[in-house]
Amino acid sequence: MSSNIQPASNGLFWTTLDAAANWSRANSLWPMPFATACCGIELMSTSASKHDLSRFGSEVMRFSPRQCDLMIVAGRVVMKMLPVLQRIWLQMPEPKWCISMGACACSGGVFDTYAVVQGIDRFMPVDIYVPGCPPRPEQLIAAIIELQAKIQKTGTLRATEFADRTTPEGPARFDGDELVRIRDRNPVQFNLPVYDPRH
Amino acid sequence: MMNSTEPQKIALEAALSAVPGPRAWSTFRDSLRLNIDAISLVPTMTRLREVGLNMLIDLTAVDLLEYADATDRYRMVYQLLDTESGARVEVRTHVNDPEPKLPTMTTLWSSANWMEREAYDMFGIVFTGHPNAKRLLLPDEFASFPLRKDYPVKGRGERHNFPVVTRSES
Amino acid sequence: MPLELLEPTSDPSYREGLWTLNFGPQHPATHTTLRLVLTLDGETVVDAEPDIGFLHSGFEKLGETLDFNQYVTIVDRMNYISPLANEIAWHHVCEKLLDIELTPRCTYLRTILAELMRISDHLLCVGACILDLGGISAFMYAFNERERIYELCEQVSGQRFHTSFTRVGGLLFDVSDQWLANLKDFITTFPKMFKDVNRLVLKNRIFIERCQGVGILSREEAICGGATGPVARASGVTRDLRRDEPYLAYADLDFDVICSRAGDCFSRFQVRMLEIEESLKIIDQAMQKLPGGPIFAEGSGKELLPQKREVYTSIEGLIHHFEAIMPNRQLQPPKESLYAATESPNGELGFYIVSDGTFRAYRARTRPPSLVHFALFPQLIRGCMLSDVVAVLGSLNIIAAELDR
Repeated sequence: MSSNIQPASNGLFWTTLDAAANWSRANSLWPMPFATACCGIELMSTSASKHDLSRFGSEVMRFSPRQCDLMIVAGRVVMKMLPVLQRIWLQMPEPKWCISMGACACSGGVFDTYAVVQGIDRFMPVDIYVPGCPPRPEQLIAAIIELQAKIQKTGTLRATEFADRTTPEGPARFDGDELVRIRDRNPVQFNLPVYDPRH
Repeated sequence: MMNSTEPQKIALEAALSAVPGPRAWSTFRDSLRLNIDAISLVPTMTRLREVGLNMLIDLTAVDLLEYADATDRYRMVYQLLDTESGARVEVRTHVNDPEPKLPTMTTLWSSANWMEREAYDMFGIVFTGHPNAKRLLLPDEFASFPLRKDYPVKGRGERHNFPVVTRSES
Repeated sequence: MPLELLEPTSDPSYREGLWTLNFGPQHPATHTTLRLVLTLDGETVVDAEPDIGFLHSGFEKLGETLDFNQYVTIVDRMNYISPLANEIAWHHVCEKLLDIELTPRCTYLRTILAELMRISDHLLCVGACILDLGGISAFMYAFNERERIYELCEQVSGQRFHTSFTRVGGLLFDVSDQWLANLKDFITTFPKMFKDVNRLVLKNRIFIERCQGVGILSREEAICGGATGPVARASGVTRDLRRDEPYLAYADLDFDVICSRAGDCFSRFQVRMLEIEESLKIIDQAMQKLPGGPIFAEGSGKELLPQKREVYTSIEGLIHHFEAIMPNRQLQPPKESLYAATESPNGELGFYIVSDGTFRAYRARTRPPSLVHFALFPQLIRGCMLSDVVAVLGSLNIIAAELDR
């Protein structure tokens, strides 16, 4: 967002507009359910009739990224799926938020294996983390409420708060000593495949 | 418990009498196993299918690199089932490095198609004559065979090799 | 309804008119992460090439690093809509390998839990498919019933699903009388709710029109393709491991095996819905016959896990627990390999364990029914319309985690 148009953004007019925008955005978060595994079933349970997610504004689970503003990554993300995840994230229009649901999306979970990405925050910006394997529906609802509070507190009308997040927020791509261990064990240079979702 | 597989073993041995090659039968917890050489795989399987074992339940490989007293590297295991009588047989054969190769079973049972692709994906065993010999589960660019014993559980860094998307640019 | 097709390969100008549609891996109807590359002639599907592996997490590699009691937590996460069925299958193989005979109470409890999971799985399969086809109310009703099953699971094990409840030789906890009363309550009130789901699904004109005659799997194709479970039984293959190779308490219980000759989507759903009713019968009989007694196998000395109460309150329990958990003191299986299977809701779920004499599998292979069924998908969908793809995919009940492991 263009950060040079910020005239008197702490003025009463702008902050009232911000508050109004935050209120409407927070209370109508349309989720994009990126359900890959078991957490997807808990996501479906959360939107089913017992723990009804639409009470909190998430009435419609639109599966088209162009129509959503909240991406809930529910389930483990593997190597083959990560470019798909990144591409869908890039297709979502601003303002958008991301909830990383479940232990596998937050950190790899039980699956510390060759195939599972150890936390999507290594490669994607995440706003709220929901622990659990799988998290109870109540936990997911608590996460949505927290996200609503976050939007109310830090949101702006022109979605300028995202422009400040220029550095990756998750753990480093390689943990420091993991890289050393990999290099020590495999002295031969090998060609790793490179994925770019922006082609 | 041992007796329940004897009649089946006798019947199958009689049916396979025309097929050349050494055969070793064994029984464990009332499951019957047949150990054959890779060369006699196709005639044995064809004959077994003719005598009624019409479903291939499972096809997998085991890497015996770290198994004590193993003479070959890869053991291929085929689980066969006769849907009429309910009889089961496990057929085993062995292949070795370099270039482990076996003939495909897709002409006999179409369930072998994807299972052989997965065995190639995970172990690197090539099935000659397979209609679609590509990787099944891992990305095509993946360079290793993960279920081999010399590949570490955590991988060699492939899971970290992706571009990072920051919030301000997405 | 399948339409007549021109010979696609001989006419090059025909091939030029075909177009490719990418279906998935992110799509509501693909039940998490499946990808299909469809070649279409207008709306008719000429070819479908599945691309899988978007959830491949290295389960089998993990099976070589965790022992028999630890791996149950991973096995849970395979067919995640009926987790206890996977656990029961895994420990069935482990116990067969270790030659452990379960106590009568344990067998009956495992039977009850397996049938509860069968109800849960079939409800989700039918509910999710009718959600994809547009009938959202049936999905809500089905999920409401599944919430009650989740409550039962939570009361018995502490977790809604991914219970990790079975152990080698027994179960984690014994069930209380309150749980049995809740279960009785469930099976008396379930039929009425189930009748509603039945009316919304099987007597739904639109559902019938969309599913009847679509995706026909013939008996020979099912056998050659290795199909098992409801998919095979709907095509006329009358195999059910509960009756043909009885395990747990199924030999003492009276139930019917539901089969059909039609082999289309609608018959697969019908088989599933009727199997739910059979499961209720089984649970009822098992509850009436439920014996008392210990949960863990007797005569096992120090090798199997003692009850948690003993562990926390007595020194012998603590010692037994230590003996069962520490790696160099556990039960030693014979250095053999074994394949055994149970009738999971999706089909024949088997494990092939190669043991090297320690309490950890040298190779723990899962025989996934979903992989075999998804391989059948291209031949089912040829000649059908694009909207039939959703119906056929739903009827096969492909669980991506079991498919990719």
